[in-house]
Formats: sequence, structure tokens, C-alpha cells
Amino acid sequence: MHNRFQLDDHYRAIVIGGSAGSFQVISKILSALPTDFELPIAMCLHRLRHVRNGFVEALNIKSTITIKEPYDKEPIRKGNIYLAPANYHLGVEIGNSFALTTEELLNNSRPAIDILLASAAQVYGKRLVGILLSGANKDGALGMKRIKDRGGLTVIQDPKECLIDTMPTSAQKITTIDHSLDVQSIIDLLLELNYKVKNAKDI
Amino acid sequence: MQEIEISQLRALTDLIKQRHDYDFGNYAMSSFRRRVQRIMELYKFASFDALMEKLRGSDAKYFQEFLSEITVNVTEMFRDPTFWVELRDTILPALLSDNKIISIWHAGCSSGEEVYSMAILLKEMNALDKVRIVATDIDNAILAKARDGVYSAKNMEVNQKNYERMQGLYSLDAYYKEQAGKAYLDKTLVKDVSYREHNLVSEVSFAKFDLILCRNVMIYFNQTLQNQVLKVFHESLYKNSFLAIGSKESLIWCEIANKFLVVNNEEKVYKKVKD
Ligand SMILES: C[S@@+](CC[C@H](N)C(=O)[O-])C[C@H]1O[C@@H](n2cnc3c(N)ncnc32)[C@H](O)[C@@H]1O
Repeated sequence: MHNRFQLDDHYRAIVIGGSAGSFQVISKILSALPTDFELPIAMCLHRLRHVRNGFVEALNIKSTITIKEPYDKEPIRKGNIYLAPANYHLGVEIGNSFALTTEELLNNSRPAIDILLASAAQVYGKRLVGILLSGANKDGALGMKRIKDRGGLTVIQDPKECLIDTMPTSAQKITTIDHSLDVQSIIDLLLELNYKVKNAKDI
Repeated sequence: MQEIEISQLRALTDLIKQRHDYDFGNYAMSSFRRRVQRIMELYKFASFDALMEKLRGSDAKYFQEFLSEITVNVTEMFRDPTFWVELRDTILPALLSDNKIISIWHAGCSSGEEVYSMAILLKEMNALDKVRIVATDIDNAILAKARDGVYSAKNMEVNQKNYERMQGLYSLDAYYKEQAGKAYLDKTLVKDVSYREHNLVSEVSFAKFDLILCRNVMIYFNQTLQNQVLKVFHESLYKNSFLAIGSKESLIWCEIANKFLVVNNEEKVYKKVKD
């Protein structure tokens, strides 16, 4: 059953970007993950800049794994799900930790998806999976390109299913997308990934 | 544009160290890379080598511009309003209870919004004359801006909202005049503040303080440099005095953590408890 996407077992991290229309989608994904999901997931979702609390709590209602907003230089650990905090850019730093910054807005956003995806691509290279969901601007497109350029796996939510498809289609325009999937299939892909990664380790 | 490689960044920090005596070798790589990339776009360098060539020269004026761009100056007045509430309701009253003059260091004060916030807070506590403030930054150009106290009027919207969220006594516009798109802060608020150039990477402790604010500065450093700078702060604090860092920073992974006690974990205020 776990071979629909023919995934490799070398992946070490997952990054997810989403904006307008992605909240329900991400909630659904998070509610479907097994509690022992292996790979760390870092998410950058566009959010209100000056509301520090409430967002992660709202996501945690449905999530099987407790999501946390990382501190600067927090080590990235497997089995954890992280969310970019309000008004900070979230990046991945060499040495496998997060880095937060207050740089200028990018694509009108802070946190910006491009920053998370591109910095993660630098650190993880081909061992990274990038997933881009529904959204109304082009944030994340360049990040997806960086992931592809370094040999990672690129996945978008099927534009036909997106509430607003600008984000995934912008990515499609500038780079190769490995899989364009509806939400249920994204979940299936993550489950297959988890299966592969776990079994690779057991050998 | 092609992404800059780690090896190139290393060559760049080495060159800057040699030619200009600033050490960015332990800045966080991910944001440093973006800053360099941004500078290349801003000044339209055709290649990374062209940037290297420019920095190899001894054009001090250009280097000052480079320094201003490589650092991130984004700031707000009353950033994280609940932090300022904690200062007003807990930390400052504790410090002021002895009726002595207290000293505060804003390390990495950027364009000075944080310093004005402190001055306004103290004024509303009737304590402005009981405090000595030193504000430092690596970047002379941004310090000039801090001294001027002139900000873009459109930024005042966020500042005003933050001020309301921390429940200031009046309205923020009691402290500035607006003219032609600019907000002129009331300079008497900061007339006793001493603004100085100070590089946290290369300089040592220069005085002792009751409260140090170093917010959203060490996030641009790697863990090694954070550890080093925290030693400087530790040395610059009296025993039982306070260190405030950004709300998304933490001392957990720092060597010196055991010499500090968490006073407020949400607002990231620490107390030095061991010498
Ligand atoms: C993002 S601002 C923080 C401003 C303010 N503290 C706040 O939280 O809004 C960071 C500041 O740190 C300064 N900085 C960077 N490296 C520094 C160093 N080595 N020594 C002193 N200041 C430094 C930058 O010039 C910049 O003004």
C-alpha cells in the first residue's frame, strides 16, 4: 500500500507553506498524522503580525501532535511540528536549529514562506520535502524553486482544489513540481513518507 | 539570482575582518546570507566577486553603508506591549524601590524607538530623573537616527497601537509632533540618554547596569557568539539585576543559563543570580 508515490527513504525534514484558504487544509493534515510521525515539520502560515497568541492554539485543537512556536536557535528535533511565530521570519540555520529574525517584510509577509523554504533547502538539500498550499500571493514560489534546485521533493495542493490558487500556480510557473495533490493525497504522501523513513532506519 | 555559497560567505567575512576590522564570522548564516544577497541587489553588483572587490578597497564611506545594510534595523516603539507592562508593573518598581539612581543599557538600540519607549514609560511612572540610560549600537548611521528622533509618520500607527495595548496613560501623540509625513519625537525625553557606538562582538563590558535590554539583536548571532556576548552582559550586570531579551529568544541553550533565573518566561526577563 505504501508505494503510490515511489518515495525515497532519505528525507529528513518537511516544510509547509500556506496562506489564504490554507487553515482548514492544514488542520485536516495535522489531524491525520500518527502521533509517532517521525520527520520534523516546520510550517510557515501567513498570519496577523501583531497577534502573538491564539493561532498555534487554534491549530492544536485538531493536531495529533502538539505544535510549538520555536525559539531562536532551538534545535530541530524529529517528531516535532513547528510553526513560525507572529512577526518573525523563521529560517533554518546550519547545525540543524531554527533562526528567527525581524528582517523587513518579504512578499508583504513576516513570516515569509520563501525564507523558511530557501533556508531549509540550504541545510537539508535533497533530504527536504516542501509542500505549498492555497494562498493569494506568490510567497513560497521562489522557496519551492530553491528546494527543487537542491534536489528536494516539491509538492503543491492541487490548484483546482485550492480556495485561492495563486500560490501553488506561481510555484508551478518557476520550477518543477513533483506532485500536485488534493488534501487527502497529501496526507497519503506524508503517511507513505513516514513509513519509508521509519523502515529505512530499522534495517 | 544564484544563491551565495557558504564558502563565499566565509571569504567575505574574512575579508571584512582583515580590511575593516569587523568580525561577522559568527553571525547566523541564514540571515547573513540574505543580507549579503540584498546588498548585491541594492547596489546592483554584477557578481559576488564585484562585491568582494569593492570591499577589498579601503572606501570607508562605502563600508559604513555596507554596515548599515548588513545589520537589520527593523524596530517598533513598545514592541511586544506585554513586555512593557511587565517592566512598568514589576521590574522597574522593584529596581526603583531603593530610591537610588538606576542604570539601563539598551544594547542594539537601532533607530531608538526602544529608548523612547523606555523614556515615555519612565516619565509616566514619574521616574525619568531617577534613571541613567546608555544606548549603543554597532552602526553609527542608525545611532544618528536615534539621536534625531525623527520617524516616518506611517510607522506611528503601529507604535500607537502598541502604546494602547500596554495601556499608556495618554495618547502616544502627546509625545511627538507630526509634520510633512514625519513624526518628531519630544527630544527632552532623551536629553540625558548617552548614545554610543559599541560592537558587542569585539568590545568588553564598560559599566555596570541594573537592567540590560538586548532584544532582537542576538538572533542574528550563532550560538557561539551568543554565549560570548552573554558573558559580556553577565559581567555588566550587578547581582540581582535584570536582563531582557526578545520574546522569541531563550537562554536555555546558552552556557551561562545557570547564572540567571527566569523572572518572566513569557516576556523573557532574567535575573542574574550568580557571579
Ligand atoms: C532588529 S534591531 C533591534 C532593535 C530593538 N532592540 C528592538 O528589539 O526592536 C538589531 C540592532 O542590533 C544592531 N547590531 C547588530 N550587530 C551588532 C553588534 N555586533 N553590536 C551591537 N549592535 C549590533 C543592529 O545595528 C540593529 O540596530
